[in-house]
Amino acid sequence: MSADPLVLLPRGVRLHDDRVRGRPVLLGPERALMLDDIAHAILTEVDNCSRESQIVTRLAARFAAPEAEIAGDVHEFLSDLRDRRLVDLLP
Amino acid sequence: MSAIPPPISMLAELTHRCPLACPYCSNPLELLKSDGELPTEVWAGIFRQAADLGVLQLHLSGGEPAARRDLADLVGAAREAGLYVNLITSGIGLTEARLDALEARGLDHVQLSLQGVSDAVADRIGGYAGGFDRKMAVAHSIARRGLPLTVNAVMHRHNLDQLPQAIALAAELGARRIEVACVQFYGWALKNRTALQPSRAQVAAAKVTVEAARDTYKGRMQIDFVPPDYYADYPKACMGGWGSTGLNIAPDGTVLPCHAAQTIPGLSFPKVTDLPLADIWYRSDAFMAFRGTDYLPDICQGCARRDRDFGGCRCQAMALAGDARAADPVCRHSPHRGLVDRLLAEADDRPLETTDFTYRR
Repeated sequence: MSADPLVLLPRGVRLHDDRVRGRPVLLGPERALMLDDIAHAILTEVDNCSRESQIVTRLAARFAAPEAEIAGDVHEFLSDLRDRRLVDLLP
Repeated sequence: MSAIPPPISMLAELTHRCPLACPYCSNPLELLKSDGELPTEVWAGIFRQAADLGVLQLHLSGGEPAARRDLADLVGAAREAGLYVNLITSGIGLTEARLDALEARGLDHVQLSLQGVSDAVADRIGGYAGGFDRKMAVAHSIARRGLPLTVNAVMHRHNLDQLPQAIALAAELGARRIEVACVQFYGWALKNRTALQPSRAQVAAAKVTVEAARDTYKGRMQIDFVPPDYYADYPKACMGGWGSTGLNIAPDGTVLPCHAAQTIPGLSFPKVTDLPLADIWYRSDAFMAFRGTDYLPDICQGCARRDRDFGGCRCQAMALAGDARAADPVCRHSPHRGLVDRLLAEADDRPLETTDFTYRR
């Protein structure tokens, strides 16, 4: 596993605006993950051509936060989704 | 009772027709004929109503949904309504041309059933010669296309010992997820319980297999395990609570809280062709009947698990105790738990493969 993987949303996984509940949700095979603001922010930076570090850099700029502070959270979140096959992390 | 949440998922049983005859089919014992099925445009309207109501996940099921000639149009209509579309199929009837059409109309995911890991076992259980080979051809085509695949391995007395091979086969087929679904005893499966119910030793071995496989396939394939519920000390929180997360639509438009709800006497189920779906979800007697926990017996009211499992499954209480308002007999605090223990002991005492199936036909 690469220390700085390329992050992709696999086919069959997509962000959806849940207009009834008024919140964003990640839809995947037989799953609907209600997203909080942080999870949503991370996933909106997944453009299928960025590495994890690039996503961290952009989020740090967006929220005026130190990269070191958010890198751990981003890594943990993406690894958890990878284990559930909701994101792909490639070398 | 707190506010009723909108449903997250909807199972659309497009038809009861199916080339297979699995003895654990979740369809009711009284199967509907094709002339009672809803036409394409009525389903399309139901999908729009469901999306407006808050449904996110649509499961197209049956019977075999591929028995519907308009399946691709139904997928297209559901995607246009904004739903995530999952096809629950045996694979039989999905030609290359039909898979092309389903992909083009935006099918999100396929859940492919697995009756066994070899043609000998699978075709005997499905009651359909040649079914396994055709299913494997469809599975390979799904993999080539890159369509996300879940393998739904339906496990019971006759194939639970081959669980390691079933998990390996799912991984070989490129499944992102396998659902190890032990047969739940309702409908046809209840009719065939003597033949299908595993021994305690089989269930214990299956749990070990699943734990080991979760390590082996971590990050490659998610493994979900639906344990057979008689073998637990506490009941499942069936459907996450009656009328709280999902609904089923039968081929003729009858709206049900779950597959087996029609086995409970005294409930009447409206049709979505007669009433708006939202009215049925929020106000119909059938959906209100077991919402919350007020109807549960005293033994549940004083229990710390009441708000975790909601007294278990209403249909199981009906099937085993003859009372849909009783505590689920699987619960070790239920006065009816002895019934379950006796079934477990009897299953241990029987030779492994002696009983014939009553096929779903």
